[in-house]
Amino acid sequence: MIALLGIAVVIVGFLIRINPLLVIAAAALATGWAAGFDVVHTLSVLGHAFNANRYVSGTLLIVLPVVGLLERAGLQERARILIGGLRGVTVGRLLFIYMLFRQAMSAIGLATAVGGQAQLVRPLLAPMAEAAAEKEGGALSVETRNTVRAHAAAVDNIGAFFGEDIFLAMASVLLIKGFLEQNHIIVQPLSLSLWAIPTAIIAALIHGTRLMLLDRKLKRAAQGETP
Amino acid sequence: MITLDHFYLLIGILLAAVAAASALDRGNPKRFGNALFWGVFAASFLFGSLLTDFENGLLVLALVIVGGFNFLGRSNPPTTSPEQRRASAARYGNGLFGIALIIPLVALIGTLFLKESGLIDPKQVTVISLGLGVVIALAVAMSWLKLSPLAPLQESRRLADTIGWAAVLPQLLASLGAVFAAGGVGQEVGALATQYLPLATPFAAVTAYCIGMALFTIIMGNAFAAFPVMTAAIGLPLVVGKFHGDVTIMASIGMLAGFCGTLMTPMAANFNIVPAALLEIPDYAIIRAQIPTAVPLLIANIVLMYFLAFKF
Repeated sequence: MIALLGIAVVIVGFLIRINPLLVIAAAALATGWAAGFDVVHTLSVLGHAFNANRYVSGTLLIVLPVVGLLERAGLQERARILIGGLRGVTVGRLLFIYMLFRQAMSAIGLATAVGGQAQLVRPLLAPMAEAAAEKEGGALSVETRNTVRAHAAAVDNIGAFFGEDIFLAMASVLLIKGFLEQNHIIVQPLSLSLWAIPTAIIAALIHGTRLMLLDRKLKRAAQGETP
Repeated sequence: MITLDHFYLLIGILLAAVAAASALDRGNPKRFGNALFWGVFAASFLFGSLLTDFENGLLVLALVIVGGFNFLGRSNPPTTSPEQRRASAARYGNGLFGIALIIPLVALIGTLFLKESGLIDPKQVTVISLGLGVVIALAVAMSWLKLSPLAPLQESRRLADTIGWAAVLPQLLASLGAVFAAGGVGQEVGALATQYLPLATPFAAVTAYCIGMALFTIIMGNAFAAFPVMTAAIGLPLVVGKFHGDVTIMASIGMLAGFCGTLMTPMAANFNIVPAALLEIPDYAIIRAQIPTAVPLLIANIVLMYFLAFKF
């Protein structure tokens, strides 16, 4: 039971809203202590993994100069102009199409290459979604703007998560195959991929429905604000 | 051959420059905090492979202290005003999209065609192609938009400080996963789950396995960490062993049940928390937008697994 001390630290830390960096460091030290490591050993395990996982931050940080420059040159404004000139665009339709595109790209192994929060959502998708919302109801309240932005981020995640397992060589498919092999079970990556398809379809249906409801909600809110 | 080390070198130089610019920024009362944070992060990218594990651990500790105790300030680097941006958007037109699309396009071409070329480490082809895309996009943008050479640096700093300490969170969470693994946390959770859950019917076993995947993913922030634990504890012995479910279907849908957990947890910081910082919305706004999809989808996965795994 004492091995779970770190998990308790994480849960309590997040609940009472201490800075997550401190919570995680404390959880690491607590887990090490519970496992009988000295502090040097715990820090070494942490340091080794941190160094090995640099690509996790790297893929985010590397795109900042280009995204920043394009924002400086008015990319977000351009994205708004583009959406403003199209008929029939709503937040829900725009985000649904993006989600299907992201699912399709992920299903052919391009989850990291095409899409992403820093690369596409902040500079393009979020301003486009905001512009689509403004077509309906003019200037957005802070609350509505935040909701629209959050939904733009959400479709990027949902599209990637429920598309990528259809790709044979995806890390998660290989992890499943590797783990089962250790347990002397041989499975084919292709059949693992095929069984990811029903969930991918249901994910698109559920979230598509929610995006339609979001459109209705935004429409109601817009009518409420501008009688 | 271009490897991940070149990619890290590039990021290290960028962060070192951000740190230097932060130190010179008199407008930010906490400028040395920002300089220290980005400087230490730069050191990890530049020299991480040369340091011992313990020394890397000390870098982590320094990042945690500077970031965690609020020594970072919000900077205000020089950028364009909203009016200037609208004028620029009108002037450069849809060509701006062209530059934005260079990065995914190069990453796509690299992933598809450069794997066997011998130019790029084949194991890291997407990440490195992403870096190449950035370099090309940056070169095109600089020559077309005719900006000062300091502009990309100040713009990077503006975005980096928008994200702030959260920039290090995903990598730190991945490292916590390694400490959990070394401390035997997974086995302990698996043992508890089998000990206390009622698992007498196929439906109960499937439900416990899927919900277990989601819950453990919520705690660990990563379905990859939950999968071996839950599958060894419930999936293989019960769903497959005792009730003769199909192992492929169980494993495939089980992982996706874990992904439903990823949508609901701040521990998956790179998907849920860092983007919130980037979009300048409340920390939990994205999670709140995702939960109403994640919960029915988890239920759908349970139903799918129950009806498919025992049929095929």
